[in-house]
Amino acid sequence: METLLQQIINGLSLGAIYALIALGYTMVYGVLRLINFAHGDVYMLGAFSGYYLAHALGLDGNPSVLGAIVVTIGAMAFCAIVGMLIERFAYKPVRHHPRLTALITAIGVSLLLEYGGQVVFGATPRFFPQMIESRTYALGGVQITNQNLLIILVAVVVMFGLEFIVHRTRIGKAMRATSYNLQVAKLMGINTDRVIAFTFALGSALAAAGGVLVALAIPRIDPLMGLMTGLKAFVAAVLGGIGSIPGAMVGGVLIGLMETGLSATAYSTYRDAVAFGVLILILVVRPAGIFGSTAVEKV
Amino acid sequence: MKLFPHPVLRLLVLLGVVVTAAAGCENRTVDDGTGDIRVGLYASLTGDGASFGQSSLEGAQLAVEEINNAGGVLGGRSIQLLVEDNQSRPEEASNAVTKLITQDRVVALIGEVASRRTLAAAPVAQRYQVPMITPASTNERVTELGDYIFRICFIDPFQGEVLAKFAYNDLGARRAAVLRDIQQDYSVGLTESIVRNFTALGGQVSDPISYSSGDPDFRAVLTQIRAQNPDVIFATGYYTEAAVIVRQARELGMEMPILGGDGWVGDALANGREALRNTFISNHYSGDNPDPVVQNFVASYRQRFGREPDSIAALSYDAVKVLVDAFERAGSTNGPAVRDALATSSVAGVTGQLTMDANRNVSKPAVIQEVTWENGAVRFVYRTTIDPD
Repeated sequence: METLLQQIINGLSLGAIYALIALGYTMVYGVLRLINFAHGDVYMLGAFSGYYLAHALGLDGNPSVLGAIVVTIGAMAFCAIVGMLIERFAYKPVRHHPRLTALITAIGVSLLLEYGGQVVFGATPRFFPQMIESRTYALGGVQITNQNLLIILVAVVVMFGLEFIVHRTRIGKAMRATSYNLQVAKLMGINTDRVIAFTFALGSALAAAGGVLVALAIPRIDPLMGLMTGLKAFVAAVLGGIGSIPGAMVGGVLIGLMETGLSATAYSTYRDAVAFGVLILILVVRPAGIFGSTAVEKV
Repeated sequence: MKLFPHPVLRLLVLLGVVVTAAAGCENRTVDDGTGDIRVGLYASLTGDGASFGQSSLEGAQLAVEEINNAGGVLGGRSIQLLVEDNQSRPEEASNAVTKLITQDRVVALIGEVASRRTLAAAPVAQRYQVPMITPASTNERVTELGDYIFRICFIDPFQGEVLAKFAYNDLGARRAAVLRDIQQDYSVGLTESIVRNFTALGGQVSDPISYSSGDPDFRAVLTQIRAQNPDVIFATGYYTEAAVIVRQARELGMEMPILGGDGWVGDALANGREALRNTFISNHYSGDNPDPVVQNFVASYRQRFGREPDSIAALSYDAVKVLVDAFERAGSTNGPAVRDALATSSVAGVTGQLTMDANRNVSKPAVIQEVTWENGAVRFVYRTTIDPD
């Protein structure tokens, strides 16, 4: 029982990480119908920019909550700019081409960031400084660290925040309009270029926050860290119904729980195979995912 | 449908075939007996195993400099060390060795540390009859790949026995759990040996739990181990994952001893920080050994590189010394002659007496060290020495 509870907590912690990244996937897809495969690599850039920022601020070895907040915001700002640049120079020129062109461009950007990252940062894994002191809370026989609690908390807050932005604000209304029909939205006087740039900035900033938070809990970072995690988050987004914000959250948690459950059995090495098996299954059985039903629901 | 539809593609394929064929039957120019002696080192200077690569490079460099400063070998010829990075990838290790042999025309090779990469590269050296000494690959199969492949460290069947004995006798453990890296021949082989020996002593080992190099999260598997409540955990993989395993185990409230092999010796182990309490490893040598041979090596290494040498550096240093000894006794750098000389090596090294047996392995004792975290750095504290039977 204790073990089961602990595994559920482990699964939730892992799932929250996928959910944070899946939210970014889903938002960009919702507006542009584009699978932004570079999203996982923006998450990597977030972790690395956080790493350099934390070292520049001398946080290695002297934990400080304020420092951690500054680092997170700095990484978010950096990645928001990177996200807008990627959109401007990689996706915008092919926006009116067939969707496949944009998809292939996205894969290209992803490879560029991964292997460009290996050139700039080096292929050797780095260890993220401990910006906040690690504490373990024990409840019964179940343990959870403060970093994992923080990740779960942030994922939930971000989900509600995004729901609010999309459904209750002017820019959200513009995003929904752009998503519904780009041409008509333009005719209605919406500056769709700005809306799309905003979407990318927001999505990338979230990825950066995710990168820094995850690096706090699992401190090993390397230029290819966004590859597998990004793909799993993509599976999570599809499972939940791509384009749906609560779907991304639920999909992420489900994938996390599933992976943890599998790791607990003798078949732990089949973890990745099962995650992608789920992707195939969901595409065959219910391509819209759990929450994705009608176009109106989409962001 | 044509297999290679595009004419340029067809040409490329043809070119590839021709080049490969030419490489296969190429006659290597024999060392003419003058000029520098070219020795190749292939190492994981970047990637997951970067610490291994860096240490083996520095150890070899130090040995080469000492030899050259002392007048060189074979009547005053200097050793030139040619270095190739394999990015911690086995396929690159084999490419690196091919390049060192066919383009750089090295007469002998030093490398690798990780068994998986040595296993990938050794067949190339064997095919070209270029003697290779691996400083630290402990997997049993490495030297079975051919008669040009030598090693100067103990092998995993022995290392597993040492760890099992220490856990059973010294730590009093009766029930053990094992975590292995399914992608690394080293970890798989060491696990097998630990399970066999611990069971033979009368202990119980649950089924080894597998992970893959690069996995970032071990909480799920550790929770499963916690439910079995073992007396000790063996983590038989490399240092990067070992650090995360130790840390997450402590976060889950697991305070039992965690044991590892020589694969724990690497800079990123420091990431385990305070969690590195009650952890032990088997190792090739101990830097705090008062033997003047060891202390001289430690002092010159510290002076040259500004840090303490680890066991990988010491082994790599020894590998160069063994090779040079073989050059001298062979009287040339000719592959078969050096091979024959290496087969009868007996050199007093920093890591102990290096006497080659019929299987091109050496029989050496292992030390058990306690791993501790002191003043922001990892320290390996000598506990005991275990001799081979």
